Amino acid sequence: MNGLNGESANKECELKVESLTMKNPITGLNKVFDNRIRLGVMSILVVNEEVSFNDLKQMLEVTDGNLATHLVSLEENGYIKVHKGFIGRKTNTTYSVTRNGEKAFSDHIAALENMIKGVK
Amino acid sequence: MSEQNQQTDSLQDVRDIRRLMERSSRFTSLSGLSCVAAGVCALGGAFFGYRFISNYYGQDDPGKWHYSNDQFAALKNELLLLAAITFVLAFGLSFFFTWRKTKQQKSSLWDHSSRRVFWNMAIPLVAGGVFVLGMLKYDEWSFVAPACLVFYGLALVNAGKYTLADIRYLGYCEIVLGLINMFEIGYGLYFWAIGFGALHIIYGIIMWNKYDRKIES
Repeated sequence: MNGLNGESANKECELKVESLTMKNPITGLNKVFDNRIRLGVMSILVVNEEVSFNDLKQMLEVTDGNLATHLVSLEENGYIKVHKGFIGRKTNTTYSVTRNGEKAFSDHIAALENMIKGVK
Repeated sequence: MSEQNQQTDSLQDVRDIRRLMERSSRFTSLSGLSCVAAGVCALGGAFFGYRFISNYYGQDDPGKWHYSNDQFAALKNELLLLAAITFVLAFGLSFFFTWRKTKQQKSSLWDHSSRRVFWNMAIPLVAGGVFVLGMLKYDEWSFVAPACLVFYGLALVNAGKYTLADIRYLGYCEIVLGLINMFEIGYGLYFWAIGFGALHIIYGIIMWNKYDRKIES
């Protein structure tokens, strides 16, 4: 568990540097989406209006802590919005994609497409 | 990183994106066999319903054609019981086959996408159910079959947005059938058997052929 936390802390440091130059100038790929979990979160959110933390966790098959860190970094980049709500007394946090996030994601997909085609 | 490597990476990314988009927005574990099973139950129900009704009306002695209220009440109870048994059997069996498919696919029967299918299906269905019960309360039997078909069709069209697209087409068929039935009152049981029996079996086989065959074999 410690190892995992250390790793995600490292990732976050990286991310702060990255956010200045999020796009790789050569490939056009967005560095934020290099990570599988972040890419997964975005894939789910672009086709669903609002998804709760638990549903994301279930679909991506990740641990709470791991998912939380990646959600925070996506939020800091302004790609997703967080809504805190309650169901009875239990907190129910849901996430949705922002306009910026949608744009960044579709740019990323276009870059992936180019990469697959072998065009730079 | 070599270009080749980046290409395979990108391809994997795209596959992941596609899989997650599909899995999160549609419930794809619906089994074709569920549909077939529901159809078979409905045909069985329609068959027994036909027998009950023809036993009641088909007596040779025309004197008995003028029903006593007691007998008619008994027939009503028999038919209601039959309907309930048919529904429970059909629901149970379709539940079982879909449950089996989620096991095979290692997905969950109660997740984000299945919940959405459930609610979107339940709302028109429950509304229709209460509506039909209301008609029965006023002894209005003629419109039961068309109302069942139309509400069920609407429920399928509504839920079809969140599951296999075929369900939506099944829904359209049910609605059309129900509406035709509305102008051919008196043939309700036949329409009912076609809509809930035959159509389910046909669509079930189509769906099984399209999605399940690969998994089963």
